[in-house]
Amino acid sequence: MVHNLMPHDLYNVWIYLQSGPQLGLIITLLVWQGAAWLDRRTRHAAWSNPIMVSIAVLAAILLITHTSYHAYFRGGQYVQFLLGPATVALAVPMYANLATMRRNMIPILVALVAGSVTASVSAMMIVHWLGAPRNVVISIAPKSVTTPIAMGIAQDLGGIPSLTAVFVLMTGVFGGLVCLPLFKALRITDRRAQGLAGGTGAHGLATARLLLESETAGAFGGLAIGLNGLVTAILAPILVRFLGF
Amino acid sequence: MIGAITLLLVCQLIGTIIAHAAGWPIPGPVLGLVLMLVWLIIRRGPSDQMQATTQTLLRNLGLLFVPAGVGIVNELGVLRANALAIAVAIPISTLLALGVTGALMQYLARSER
Repeated sequence: MVHNLMPHDLYNVWIYLQSGPQLGLIITLLVWQGAAWLDRRTRHAAWSNPIMVSIAVLAAILLITHTSYHAYFRGGQYVQFLLGPATVALAVPMYANLATMRRNMIPILVALVAGSVTASVSAMMIVHWLGAPRNVVISIAPKSVTTPIAMGIAQDLGGIPSLTAVFVLMTGVFGGLVCLPLFKALRITDRRAQGLAGGTGAHGLATARLLLESETAGAFGGLAIGLNGLVTAILAPILVRFLGF
Repeated sequence: MIGAITLLLVCQLIGTIIAHAAGWPIPGPVLGLVLMLVWLIIRRGPSDQMQATTQTLLRNLGLLFVPAGVGIVNELGVLRANALAIAVAIPISTLLALGVTGALMQYLARSER
């Protein structure tokens, strides 16, 4: 009777695990470890971005095993919860760049606000013209901002935070790929300008790419990530209302 | 480590309370970031413990995005229905934002090196 008993017991364990947080949490950590390993092995190739790989693998697992996102998130929420303190933690690298920031305050603020408005308004207008509904238009507004802040903005505006997370990722991957060729084409050679543009236009993923080229660009990128989060959190609600969405 | 995390969470909590009480559409953690920055300025820099904890958190920032991103399984329909709009909007708006920010910053900061 063993061959009858075994699947039944396993099934019970499966049901038990599915109802608790362990499975979702562990699978997230395991898949992340695997993706991080792949990223190191491929020397940080653009296609092996561990965030994208992890999301793709986990999404495939959910779809194949017919597990609902709701069930997965019982575990995933513990990882996601840390986004709040991590956002607050961005204050530490910002503090480290405070002196540089003070010296270039006006140029930084003007360029950053211009970039933030350009990113939000152009993205919202294009998807709106191409027929996207309001919740998609709202969700794309903070797409240049780092994920934890972007999701918070989307939530507050009545968008779909997980859709925003996908838009933020697409923006980061695309920005990381095109930033250096674009700067070359536009003759933007100032490392401070490159960093600020990367952090404002395509958050951490472009900044990580620029950091490989120059420390200065990396520092300005880090600064821009935090500042653009702030600026967009303040401006996006105003822009959404102004544009009538 | 626990002390640093407690301080981060307290900043986040106060930020959330202020944002809700004032009715500002700003995420609580973002206001928490500002409070933390003010705290660091008053304290003239982070403690060693805070430095180490925030570094660990920020170095593994990518992992923290993953559960939200997996939410894509619930949005596949929306993505498919708006695929063209998204495929056009993301690259164009990203190129514009990178170009505008970079060109303006280079022009405005040209005098100071």
